[in-house]
Amino acid sequence: MTVSSLTASAPAAKKVKSSGFLPYLGGKLVAAAVSFFVTLVIGFAIFTLMPSDPVRTLTRGRPTSEAQLAQLRIQLGLDDPLWERFLTFVGNTFKGELGYSWQFQQSVSSLVADRLGPTLLLMGTAAALSIAIGLWLGIRSGWRHGSLFDKIASSTSLTLWSVPTFWLGMILLVVFSVGVGPIPSLFPAGGMSEPSLPQEGWTHVVDVARHLVLPCLTMVLVVFAQYVTVMRASIIDEMGSPYLLTARAKGLTDDAVRRRHAVPNALLPSVTMIFMHLGILVSGAITVEAVYSWPGLGYLTYEALKIPDLPLLQGTFIVFSASVIIMNLLADVVYRFLDPRVRAQ
Amino acid sequence: MSATTLAPAALEVPRHHAVSRFCRAYAKRPAGLVGLGLLVAFGVLALAAPLFIGDDQLNVIKVDGPQLSPPIDGYPLGTDQAGRSVLLMVIWGARESLSIGIIATVLTVILGSTVGLLAGHYQGWVGKVLMHVTDWFIALPSLPLAISLSAVLGQGAASITIAIAVTSWTATARLVRAQTIAVEARPFIERAKVLGAGNTQIMIRHVLPNVMPLILVSSTLTVASAILSEATLTFLGLGDPTSVTWGSMLQAAFGGGAVTAGAWWYLMPPGIAILIIVLGFTLVGRAVEHVLNPRMVN
Repeated sequence: MTVSSLTASAPAAKKVKSSGFLPYLGGKLVAAAVSFFVTLVIGFAIFTLMPSDPVRTLTRGRPTSEAQLAQLRIQLGLDDPLWERFLTFVGNTFKGELGYSWQFQQSVSSLVADRLGPTLLLMGTAAALSIAIGLWLGIRSGWRHGSLFDKIASSTSLTLWSVPTFWLGMILLVVFSVGVGPIPSLFPAGGMSEPSLPQEGWTHVVDVARHLVLPCLTMVLVVFAQYVTVMRASIIDEMGSPYLLTARAKGLTDDAVRRRHAVPNALLPSVTMIFMHLGILVSGAITVEAVYSWPGLGYLTYEALKIPDLPLLQGTFIVFSASVIIMNLLADVVYRFLDPRVRAQ
Repeated sequence: MSATTLAPAALEVPRHHAVSRFCRAYAKRPAGLVGLGLLVAFGVLALAAPLFIGDDQLNVIKVDGPQLSPPIDGYPLGTDQAGRSVLLMVIWGARESLSIGIIATVLTVILGSTVGLLAGHYQGWVGKVLMHVTDWFIALPSLPLAISLSAVLGQGAASITIAIAVTSWTATARLVRAQTIAVEARPFIERAKVLGAGNTQIMIRHVLPNVMPLILVSSTLTVASAILSEATLTFLGLGDPTSVTWGSMLQAAFGGGAVTAGAWWYLMPPGIAILIIVLGFTLVGRAVEHVLNPRMVN
């Protein structure tokens, strides 16, 4: 979406007449709402038009009579017409009710609410670190592309990109938590805190931080590579621009040309990528949280998968999709503030 | 993007010339050759595996090796919890991982190209609707979608393959649509129309051959991500529990306490195999892209 609006802005740039922010925001909000509605349709379709019978899955391994099965079908609303079930589903979602987990015997919304904090903590830390490292490396290697630094940075990112996240997590777990050879056990193997320690105050903060190190490191190692690639490409794109020649002709140092002229422009395409990736990052959390039993949304999904607890899976699917839609919306809004060419449409 | 430079050449030069020129240009890219070498090596191993690996060595009940043993004589990469040779399992796993990756890619490419071709050719409401559908699918997070799909379809290779195809066709669709529009703007399409070619004939006989090279490049990269997705979904427990794949090895290692036992010999090989094969496909894809589109080389 953003890319097309960007290219469309090029011819309009001559006539700088700023259209209002509110109509722009309104348009994007409508698009996001439509997107969310489609997500609901897809989520409903996947979990409703499936070949397996939820009642059988639910009662698997337990002796149940036909009458009990029929009772359960009525209770779950499985005999209602499809459109009625869809309307109930949409209505409930907007009321914040995402269904009832079979496995936890608890409402999905309350489970999601409990697990949101840990996921945001892990994602936030990992995102901040990988954006900082990725952009820095990308700028450096793009500015001197072809240099030894660039070759090392680019090939490291390419290799890390090819690594399965969960495998990297397990390796780090073996090396730094179990300990291999001379390396002692440095970090806890999983969870978010030690149950034996007090759950508040400074000790708790240090404890959580110690638990955070390995999952966060795993995510950063896998994710930062994408930022390196994007930032490097957009720096190289800007390198040929005449305004850099002007800046050099003014007698600015190479450093100043890079920092004050090339980087701000090259950052623009990267910002979109960063927000798009934040949404992806949330789902990347599934495998990392599974490996480290980090009590977040990803681990919740993993627990739901084992049963499989379909209402819980449906709920997490909707939450993940909504977070991606929100991130994309944020990307569009932030972009407008950063790039005057988009405002001039 | 790449085919705009490629397409005229492909038309003017007889095809075998174009192929040999492509091969010569490709041979000048060392990274591409390394990638191709890796893929050929794995492909040969995967194809030849049934010649030297029998059911006896992979069947949990029939094997008699030591359990979860580090590398020893006769078991160069150690053994798993059941006493199977990790080396043989990794080689056997290449078959399953490669075939799921390739089948999923074929499905992805067919789905994506069809949507892209139709959206590019019928630019009226059909094209608009198709592009909206594509955009919606792009906005969906792929891993949760794939997880939901394969959880609902049930454990197994087939449902994983479908889940991968459903979550990854969008990139191909967008590429093919853009290229279809570019090709259809060229005079020979107009000539075909004047001579009375119908919609189907234009799409299949005239546009598709010109879009094909681009599809092949993007499919190389699709295989890489499909293999990664397969491993991830299998690791999360969505694969067939009885088959030996890289993902299922890692799942068994994780679930069976190989991590707490510090059994690095069991964890390293499948992961490195995935890394090598994904890297191989990525390197080949990039090299082909560079050869077809020289403008990308700064």
